Amino acid sequence: MNRFAFARPADLAEAVREAAADPGARFIAGGTNLVDLLKYDVERPSRLIDLTRLPGLNTIEETAEGGLRIGALVTNTEIAHDARVEKTYPLLASAILAGASPQLRNAASTGGNLLQRTRCYYFYDTGTACNKRVPGTGCPAIGGVNRIHAILGASEHCIATHPSDMCVALAALAATVHVTGPEGERAIPFAEFHRLPGDHPEIDTTLRHGEIAVAVELPAQGFASHHTYLKLRDRLSYAFALVSVAVGLEMDGGRVGQARIALGGVAHKPWRDTAAEDGLRGQKANAESFAALADQILASAVGYAHNAFKIGLARRAIVRALSQAAAGTPQSQTDKRIR
Amino acid sequence: MDQIPVSLTINGERRRMEVAPWTTLLDLLRERLDLTGTKKGCDHGQCGACTVLIDGKRINSCLTLVVMKDGADIVTVEGLASADGALHPIQDAFIEFDAFQCGYCTPGQLCSAVGLLKEGRARTPDEIRELMSGNLCRCGAYPNIIAAIEHVQRQSGGAAP
Repeated sequence: MNRFAFARPADLAEAVREAAADPGARFIAGGTNLVDLLKYDVERPSRLIDLTRLPGLNTIEETAEGGLRIGALVTNTEIAHDARVEKTYPLLASAILAGASPQLRNAASTGGNLLQRTRCYYFYDTGTACNKRVPGTGCPAIGGVNRIHAILGASEHCIATHPSDMCVALAALAATVHVTGPEGERAIPFAEFHRLPGDHPEIDTTLRHGEIAVAVELPAQGFASHHTYLKLRDRLSYAFALVSVAVGLEMDGGRVGQARIALGGVAHKPWRDTAAEDGLRGQKANAESFAALADQILASAVGYAHNAFKIGLARRAIVRALSQAAAGTPQSQTDKRIR
Repeated sequence: MDQIPVSLTINGERRRMEVAPWTTLLDLLRERLDLTGTKKGCDHGQCGACTVLIDGKRINSCLTLVVMKDGADIVTVEGLASADGALHPIQDAFIEFDAFQCGYCTPGQLCSAVGLLKEGRARTPDEIRELMSGNLCRCGAYPNIIAAIEHVQRQSGGAAP
């Protein structure tokens, strides 16, 4: 780890000022990803700004619109076992419990989960090139070992994936990220929070330096009756997704009313295709319509030397997840059998 | 850069010290306080050997900066037994059920199991397995670890011992 200064601001305004004054500063909350990146010298901050003592960011509150506002310091464990989340947003609870371990979920914060970085091996290895770590050096993953990499939305500069499970559910739920920064407050729709790599893979999100994600807001619609989070990985627990699928459906008899589908493990951000989702509206809920939707979502998918299997895996996972959600039988995160 | 004063309660004993901001709790315990029961396995939050309890919750001490835990109450494997030396029920159960071979992951398994019992969310062997998945055991003592935890649950009637 490099040597860095440490600041413990008493309020949000002071935290924003501290960061604005130091371009090399990084915020820290749970630390479960950032401390690891410090150990690998992937992150070399001049200053860490500890957000964990800030008041007002560690509660889950009901909104006037019938949704929930989750403070950025609420831990992953606290969200997953909040009675309101379990009842109204079981998709979110399920996705969180599919990720990491109890120890990590006890420490990891909501804000930090949004901002965690890719687990691409080359990004983590400072002995190799990486456009995300050092812009302009190249992407060894494209011609190298790329089993865990993206099949959708990648660029010639980066094929990394976003590692979060929670964010896949938040994408399906159409959450909003509330932000405070040097220029005041703003609200970012979830689909616009993370970005695709394009020409600037070093930039993961649309957050600007000095801005703090202070809360995640869930709209009232939680898809509690018809949802699932299906996560496929190399071992049954405590591993990142090769492919994951979050589904929320509104059913109208045997037909689909509204459909939300977000994919994890396949792109630089949680992947949604709203045109494809709209195409399912009014369709019969069956294997045929689900397969057609999966084909549409994956039409632009590109496989590399070791990850082309993800395209077929994603296709089957989408169909299975839609079937689970339509039947009202979500994937259990403890009984690992996939039905 | 400055050393930062912190105050921690570790296994019931209040300690004041100054630490550099980049000191992890794991390194503080092992290198400065000579509490070497907590093990450094991967040092990256992937194995669970460094699990300790902070304010009653299990966490990975390797990913925890000491300066962020000023005022916290920390229990390590050295603090599980009572003051008179009587082992914690989970320690007795690990011995009775032969829940380890080389023993390197055991301190983390024990602290994690204490956290799991306190959380009270594991009701079936599947749930115990899932909620202990943050602790790897390369000797493969998993079946006996599960049996030891189930035993303590039965003994205590579901309440955390």
